Order: sequence, then structure tokens, then C-alpha cells
Amino acid sequence: MNDDTIFVINNLRVWYGAVEAVRNISCGIRRHEILGIIGPANSGKTSFLRTLNRLNDLVPSCRTEGEVLLNGVDIYSDDMPVPELRKRVGMVFALPVPLPMSIMDNITYGPRMQGIRSRSTLSEITEKCLRAASLWDEVKDRLHVSAFRLSGGQQQRLCIARTLALQPDVILFDEPCSGLDPISTAKVEATMVELKQRHTIVLVTNNTKQASRVSDRVAFFLQGELVEIGATDRIFTAPRDRRTEDYIAGRFG
Amino acid sequence: MKMPEWLIRRVLFLTAFSSLAILALIALFILKEGFPVLTSVGPGRFLLGKTWLPGNNLYGILPFIIGSLWVTAGALAIGVPLGLACAICLVEFVPRTVSRFLKPTIELLAGIPSVVYGFIGVVILTPWIRSTFGGPGFSLLAGALVLGVMILPTIISISMDAFQALPPSYREGSIALGATRWQTVHLVLLPGARSGILAAVILGMGRAVGETMAVIMVAGNAVKMPRTILDPARTLTSNIALEMSYAMGMHRHALFATAVVLLFFVLVLNVIAGFLIRRAND
Amino acid sequence: MTEQRFRLPPRTTQALVQILLYLACGVAIFILAFVIIFILKNGLPVVTWRFLTGPVVDMGKAGGIFPSIVGTVFITGLALCIATPLGVGSAIYLTEYTRPTRITRFIRFGVECLAGVPSIIFGLFGFVFFVVTLRLGWSILSGGLSLAAMLLPTIIRTSEEAIKAVPVSYREVSYCLGTTRWQTVVHSVLPSALPGILTGIILSIGRSVGETAVLIFTAGSAIQTPTSLMQSARTMSVHFYLLAREGISMQMAYGTAAILVISILIINIISYGLMHRFISRRTR
Repeated sequence: MNDDTIFVINNLRVWYGAVEAVRNISCGIRRHEILGIIGPANSGKTSFLRTLNRLNDLVPSCRTEGEVLLNGVDIYSDDMPVPELRKRVGMVFALPVPLPMSIMDNITYGPRMQGIRSRSTLSEITEKCLRAASLWDEVKDRLHVSAFRLSGGQQQRLCIARTLALQPDVILFDEPCSGLDPISTAKVEATMVELKQRHTIVLVTNNTKQASRVSDRVAFFLQGELVEIGATDRIFTAPRDRRTEDYIAGRFG
Repeated sequence: MKMPEWLIRRVLFLTAFSSLAILALIALFILKEGFPVLTSVGPGRFLLGKTWLPGNNLYGILPFIIGSLWVTAGALAIGVPLGLACAICLVEFVPRTVSRFLKPTIELLAGIPSVVYGFIGVVILTPWIRSTFGGPGFSLLAGALVLGVMILPTIISISMDAFQALPPSYREGSIALGATRWQTVHLVLLPGARSGILAAVILGMGRAVGETMAVIMVAGNAVKMPRTILDPARTLTSNIALEMSYAMGMHRHALFATAVVLLFFVLVLNVIAGFLIRRAND
Repeated sequence: MTEQRFRLPPRTTQALVQILLYLACGVAIFILAFVIIFILKNGLPVVTWRFLTGPVVDMGKAGGIFPSIVGTVFITGLALCIATPLGVGSAIYLTEYTRPTRITRFIRFGVECLAGVPSIIFGLFGFVFFVVTLRLGWSILSGGLSLAAMLLPTIIRTSEEAIKAVPVSYREVSYCLGTTRWQTVVHSVLPSALPGILTGIILSIGRSVGETAVLIFTAGSAIQTPTSLMQSARTMSVHFYLLAREGISMQMAYGTAAILVISILIINIISYGLMHRFISRRTR
């Protein structure tokens, strides 16, 4: 493990009850990269993603084996309390989930829960995050309006801004553009590329074109296994595994 | 004020446990107070004895068991057909706008205090029974009628829910086969909603058996074994309520023992109803 | 030899049955409407400002029902102060802090049983436990505690339903922002569940107002306006019951009944308003 790697995953296995969703995956995630994870439905992509911030803990039937190291610390050990982990590893979901409160309250939710009360600090955070998510200009005059009034694309960017408020090291994106129109999708993709400078991004996507546009490296998952992982260009032009080639060519999926 | 998570969890567990604790306390005290009857009167003489005369140390509660049975059966005989008919009517035959207004109104009636129903029973029902059928008017019949009306909202409301919970495909399939609405109702919907309706009936039964104040007001409160439905009589609940304030010694123990019998019966009913409701929801 | 059964054509059966059903339905609704109208018709004329604010005179033959209104408010208030934290806490524990185990099933069974216990038994229990054993005497305290035990299952049930209705995604989002479980519950789940929980509380108020059997044996039936929790007091329904049963005054009885009915009406309308807001929020 060198200083380049932020996440090291060793022999990860995840079960939901008797079903093994992730079969013995080992890989690393590098700092400031965008790692795209592609694969057909039920290939374990989302299960893998949700292990990285221990969101799977919310599912009673879920069992995990193996090691996941964030900056060298096992995220399942007592050295890494779960709220702490989730502050460092944020997540954006497939469908935008604005909390039932105003735009500003949505964004300041994380900081407020950590105890930050000063109104000026919160305003600063709000502006900074909305700018980083390319949403500031559109909502700066109506920060106290309910978040439900925004369009789908705007809500998703709001969710990104909300995640940024805690300044996470890693941001997990779980098919973030699946409910969005092409213009909003383009905006979100542009935001991801921008964010790469300060964060590490792991993107699960059903859209191979999106992965090729945005990611630095790509990992191909199939039925719970990590089939292949490598630089985007190489994976898309000269995949080593037959299955990767078939999937990218659209022969199944 | 930041309480550590483990402390919060403990506190919440205690609150959740409070229901069990209260139930246990109730069972404990009622059983403890009623227990002496077991040894000194004996379950046989207690449950099957026909005479309740505390002054002479006679503690037979059969008259009250019979009273409870009559009144409950009567209440069901009135409440179930009327309630079910009303529910079917409102769900299947009456236009949606009307039933949407009527359902909450009926549920509202479920909240009217039982003493109000009892009062109306006294003022209107008992004189009518007296003039039409003879006898004192205050009778098991009056009790049954009042209770029947009291459980109507419960039966209507829960039955309506049971019908509305059926998938539309039931109706659509039946109509597509050329059935009339009534045929659909009694051949397809009623069997389908069976669990829910049964639960409604059992809940209504539970309410009728547990009702006290209205029964005291209209059922006559005679201690003798009732012979006809026109006789005044007591139920298990009304006997307890009427004598509790001045009962002493074994008399008091006997009243608690009556409560044990009542509690047992009602708990069994509710467990069955809960089971049926859960089955209906699956 | 087979018997030919006379069968009406389905259309005719339907027409006949429809008539019967409408008749039965009409009878049911008529009876229920009659109850309300009868009480209001006879009772509203009695309800004056003096009736609502005056003391009970002559065992109830004259005067007003103010003491019983105060008694109702105190006893109901006390019962809710106890039952609400216990009930909502239980609901939170059962939905957010546990996965289904034998213990939670046991607790749920306890709640279900408690819900079915007849009110007279709560009265008996309250008498033996609070009035006698704990030496609280016939008092608002005894009455409030016994009533709280009765209301607990209702509040637990409605709170649980309200909490379960909050989308899982709200919780996921909150957890992903680095919160503890309690923070998620308080800031993410409860605000959305609040209308549903309030509905349960308001329904409990409705039940308390109509409750008689429990309170006669625990809070007694003192006539004066209560000034402390240790004093005995009567509620409106206890007052009404005693007026009617002892035959003290029909007029006063009608008036009290009218107030009871109107209170229930108002309480139910409020809870319906809340339910609607709850449902409309969910469909956003």
C-alpha cells in the first residue's frame, strides 16, 4: 500500500442472508481518481459501494467478511467509529432525496449535526458547496425555499452539495444520473470531474458511455466478481477478459 | 446535552418494556386478589354456581356469565348483519363521494362515550321495550340493543377497510365474467375479505364483552339468573362495577376472580383477532 | 328424480338484495345519526356560559359543570404526559433500535394484550395498585396513571405506524451525513412522523374524554373544582353518568352529554385534519 491509495479492499465478501452478493473482491482505490464501476444488474456493484461507507449495516440480513482499509485503518474496527467513517466517505444516491426542509437546511444538516451553530459559518458552507455543485447561481435568492420545489436535476446537485458540506475525502455515487435528463446529466458529470481535484470519486453506473467519459479507471463487475480493473482507455479499447469485451460491446447487459 | 448512544438505547428499551411491565402488574394484582376464591370457593362452584349472595357467602357467577353471553350474542346479532350490510353498501353500491364523507362520520361515532349510548337506551329504549314487550324494560334485550349499536361503527369501519384492501383485479375479473355486482360481492369479495371481517366481528365482540357503563344503565342489574331476554340481569363487567365500592373480604376477592375470568376471555379474543388481522394484511 | 330449484334471475336477485342492503345501511346510519342529533337537540339549549363556568350546585341539580371540565383537563393532561413519552419512546425503540427478535415480538404481544384489556379492569387495577397499595387515594394522580396505562397501546400503535411510514431513504441520507442513530431519529424521522404521532395523541384525548369506568374507581367523584393532583375529581363523563344514574337532573344530564358529544366531534375533526396533512405530505 502506498500513499497513492486511499482505499484498500482485501478479500471482501458480502452476503444478504444466504445470497452472496460480493465474491472475494480485492482492489485499491487511488486518491483523486474517478473510479467507474460498470456491470449488468445484480453484479454486486451497489453492494460493494455500500460497504465502503458501511451503509450495509442498515440491512439486518447483511454479513461482511474481509478487510476494507481507509487510509490504512480497517473501517470495521473500533478505531473507526461509523459516524466518523461516514463523514469521510459521503454518498449520493440514484434518486435525489432532498430532506423535507429548506435548501439551506438541507446543506447545513451535516454540519449542524456535528455541532456547528454559527450562522455565518453555515452561510459560508452553504455558498461554497452550492458553488462547487454548480447550483449557486440558480438558487442563491431562494435558499429558504423548500427543497422539494427544485427540479430533479437541481435536487440531485443539491444532494451533491449536501454531501460536500462535510468535506469528505471520498464521494460515492450510486447511479446518480439514472433519473435525470441529458442536460442535468451533463452538469452532474462536469461537477464530478471538477470535484476530482479535491476528492476521490467512486462512481457506479449502468451507462458504459458515462463511465468512459468521466472515469480515470474502470472496474467491471459480473455476478459479484471483479472481472477486470484498469485505465479507462485500455479497458474500452483492449479489454483483457472476454466477458468485459462482450459487456462493453453490448452483447449482454 | 449529549447523552451517549448506549444510554439512549437503554432508556428507550425501558420505555418499550413498560407495556409488558404494566401488563404483568395488572395480571399479578388481579390474580393475587382473586386467588383466594380458588381455594375457598373452588372453581367449579364459582363458575357454575347459580346464586350470587355475598351476604350468605355464595359466589356463583353463572348468572353473570349467562348475562354476558346473551348480551354479547344479541349485540353481534344486531351489529354484524347491519354493520356488514352497511359496509358492503358503502363500498360497492354507494357512489364514492358519498361513502368518502360517510366513513369518517361513522368512525367519529365510534368515539361517542358509552355512557351516552347508555343514556339514550334509558331514555328511549327501555320505555319502548316495556310498552311493547312488557316486563320492566330494563333487560338483557336493552343491553343487547345498546351494545349492538355501539359496536356498529367498529364493524362497519373495519369491514370497509377489509373490502377496500382487496385488489381491484378481484372485482374486475368477476365483472369481466359477466357477474352482477351482488354476485361479485357474495361470491368473490366476501370470501376474499373473510379474515378482515372476522377480525372486525371479534373486535366488536371484545368491545361488547368489556363494556360496563352502558350495560349498567339499561340491563336492569338483577342478581338472579335471567330466564328470558326480557329479564333484568347483570353481566360479568356490571357486577364488578356495581359492587366494587363496598365489597370486603371474600366478596372483594370474588369480584377480582370475576375480573380474572373476564380478562382471560377478552385476551383470548384479542389474540385471535390480532392473528386474523395480520393474516388479512398479508 | 331431480328437484328443480326455483332460481331468480341474477338481475332480480341483485335488485332485491340492493334494496335490502340500502335499507339496512339506511337503518344503521339513521340510528347513529339519531344518537347525535337527539343529544344535541335536547342538550344544546342547556349549554350556557354559566353552565360551562359555574360550580356544581346541589349535587348537580343546578349550577354548571366547570369542576368536571377542570377535572377532565387535569386527568387527561396528566395521562398524556405519562403515556406520550413512554409510548413514542417504545415506538422508536421497536422500529429504529432493534431488528425483529424474540424480545421485540414479546413486547409487541404485550402491547396487543394491553390494548384488549377492558376499561373496568384498568379501573380495578388502578384501585388496588394506585389508590390502595401506593396509598395515592382517590385522586387525579391515581386516575391519570391508570388512564395512561390504558392509552399506552394506542399511542404505541399509531406512533409505530407513523414512524414506519417515513421513507427509508431519509434515514440513509441522514446516516450518510455522519449522524448517530439518535440524531437521525430526532432530526430526520420524527419531524416527518409528527403528524401521525399527533393524530394518535389526539385520538387518545378523545378516548379519555369518554372514559368512565376507569376513573370512577381511581379518581373518585368529588364535586369541587380540584386544586391539586392529590385531590379527587370527576370528569365530564363521570359527572354525566352519575347525573343520569342517580336521576338527579335530566336537564343537566342532557347538557353534559351535549358537551361531551361536541368535544368528541371537535377532537375527531382535528385529528382528521392532521391525518390529511400527513397523507398529503407522504405523497409529495
